[in-house]
Amino acid sequence: MTATAVHSAARPARRVSFDRVLHSEWIKFRSVRSSWLTLAITMLLVIGLGTLFTAARASRWPPHDRGELLTFDPTRISLAGVFLAQLAVGVLGVLVVTAEYSTGTIRATLTAAPRRLTVYLAKPLLFAALSLVALVPTAFAAFALGQHMLSSKHIQTTLSAPGVTRAVIGAALYLAAVGLFGVALGWLLRHTAGAISTLFGVLLILPLLAHVLPSPWDSDVNKWLPSGAGQAVFAVRADPSTFAPWTGFGVFCMYVAACLVVGAVTVLRRDA
Amino acid sequence: MIEAVELSKTYGGKRAVDRLSFVVQPGIVTGFLGPNGAGKSTTFRCILGLDRPTGGQITVNGRSYHDIPAPLHEVGALLEARSVHPGRTARNHLRMLAATHGIGHARVDEMLHLVGLDDVADRRVGTFSLGMGQRLGVATALLGDPEVLLLDEPVNGLDPEGIRWIRQLLRSLADEGRTIFVSSHLMSEMAQTAEHVIVIGRGRLIADAPMHDLVAAASGAHVLVRTPMRDTLREAVTAAGWSATVVDSDGLEVLGATAAEIGELAFAHHVPVHELSAQAATLEEAYMALTADEVEYTTSTGDNR
Repeated sequence: MTATAVHSAARPARRVSFDRVLHSEWIKFRSVRSSWLTLAITMLLVIGLGTLFTAARASRWPPHDRGELLTFDPTRISLAGVFLAQLAVGVLGVLVVTAEYSTGTIRATLTAAPRRLTVYLAKPLLFAALSLVALVPTAFAAFALGQHMLSSKHIQTTLSAPGVTRAVIGAALYLAAVGLFGVALGWLLRHTAGAISTLFGVLLILPLLAHVLPSPWDSDVNKWLPSGAGQAVFAVRADPSTFAPWTGFGVFCMYVAACLVVGAVTVLRRDA
Repeated sequence: MIEAVELSKTYGGKRAVDRLSFVVQPGIVTGFLGPNGAGKSTTFRCILGLDRPTGGQITVNGRSYHDIPAPLHEVGALLEARSVHPGRTARNHLRMLAATHGIGHARVDEMLHLVGLDDVADRRVGTFSLGMGQRLGVATALLGDPEVLLLDEPVNGLDPEGIRWIRQLLRSLADEGRTIFVSSHLMSEMAQTAEHVIVIGRGRLIADAPMHDLVAAASGAHVLVRTPMRDTLREAVTAAGWSATVVDSDGLEVLGATAAEIGELAFAHHVPVHELSAQAATLEEAYMALTADEVEYTTSTGDNR
C-alpha cells in the first residue's frame, strides 16, 4: 500500500476499438457463474426434454389417432426441448444486458468505452457467436439421441432426408435468435423482470391468445407471430398454415432486428 | 484540466445542475463541496458522458468525453455508486475494463497490489467490505494511469488508515501534475487535502476559491480572550459595540473585533490578559455559512442521480 507505483507500464496510447470491446465482453461473460449456468440449462433442456418426449412417443407407438400418425415428424419431436430451452436462452440474452444495469457495471463499461454503439453491438455479436457454438452441437446431439430412441420402432429419420439437416441447424439458429431478442429487450427495458416478462409474453402468451381467435384468423395471426414464424425453421413437414422455413425465420429475424434498432436509438439518447 | 461552461442538467423538470461554470486546474487537489442533492454526482456523470447535459458543456482537456479515443488513459473515475458486478472477482473486473484499451494483465496485478487487494483479488466482489470496494474503485480509476482523476466521496467507508492512504495518494498524484477533482461532504477531510474548493448548492456555483481564502473570508471569525476580570472586560467589550459570549469562568469569545482592538481595550481598562487568540473559522463554518440557504429539505437520499 504505497503511493509510488502509480506511474508505469500502462501507457503507450492504446485506443478503444471494437475488437477490444468484444474481448472485454467475453471476459465479462465468462467471469460470471450465472452465464455458464444458464447456458448449461439451455443445453440440458434441448437434449433432456427432446430425449424424454421422443422416448415417450416411441413407447406409445403407433398412436391411436390416425391424424397423429399422418403428421408425425421424427425430427421435430427430437427437438421438442427447444420450446422450453427458448426461455432459458432468452433469459441469458436479457441478463447479458440487464445485469449491467442492476449492478451498476454499465457505468464502468461506458466510462471505459464511451462510444455506446460499440458496446451495444458487441453484446449481440458475442452472444450470437457463443450461442451458436454451444447450441448447434446440442441440437445435433438431441437429434441423434432422439432418432436412436425412435429406431426401436423403425420410425427414425436421417440427416440426409430432405429438410432434416436444415431443421436441426434451424433449431439452434432459432434459439440464438431468441437470445438476441432477449439482448434487444434488455437494452430497451434495462430491467431484468420487465424484459423477461415481455419475452415470455411474446413467445408464450401471444400464441395462446391467437388460438382463441376464430378460424382462419387464428392461424393467420399465429403465422406472423415471432414464435410461429421463427419455429417454421425447424419443421420438416410442410405446414400450409405457416411460412416456409427460411421465410418464417427471416420474418422472426426482422422482428429481432427491429427491436435491436429501436434499442440502439434509445440507448444512444438516454442517460446511462 | 476540466472545464464546465454554463453546464445545466434537468431530470424530468427538476434542475440538478444550473448554469455551472468552473475550471479545475492540473497539479493541485480541487475539492468539490456541496450538501446532498447539490448536483455533485450529476456533474461527475456529465463529465464522464454518462448523462447528456441539457445545456452548456463540460470538457476534459478541451474534449468532450465521447471524443477521447482512449478515455481510461486520460480520465480515471471513482463514482459514489457501486459499479461492479458482485459475482465477478476483483481481478476479472479490472481485466474486463483493461481489455477495452488493450492494457495487459501485469498492469492489473500492479493496481491490485497498489491498493492492497492482492490477497482477495480472486474473491467475488460481493463478499467485499465497503472499504475494500472503495480500494477496488481506486484501482479502477488508476488503471489507465490517467492525467485527470475524478473521485466521488473516496473516503466513504474507509478506516482511518485507509483515509490517510487516500489523502497521501491524492497529494502525490497532484504533485505529479495531474488534475485531481474530489467531491466530499466531509469538510474536515477537504480541509486536509484540497488546495482549491468549488462549492455548489442546488446545482449553482456558490464559491470557487483557494481553500485559505474561503476560510479567511468566512463569517464567524472570533477572538478568544482569557482574563481573571472577565466581567469587567465583558462590559467594556459590549460598551464598545461588539458582542461577547462567556465561554467559561475566565474566557470570553468576542465577535466583530480584531485581537489587537481587544488587547488595546483591555489595556485601557487595566484588565490583565492571560490569553488572546484569533480563532480562524474552520472550513466547516465557512461551508455552513455559504450553504445555509441552499440545503434541500427533502427526505429523499438525493445525491445518487
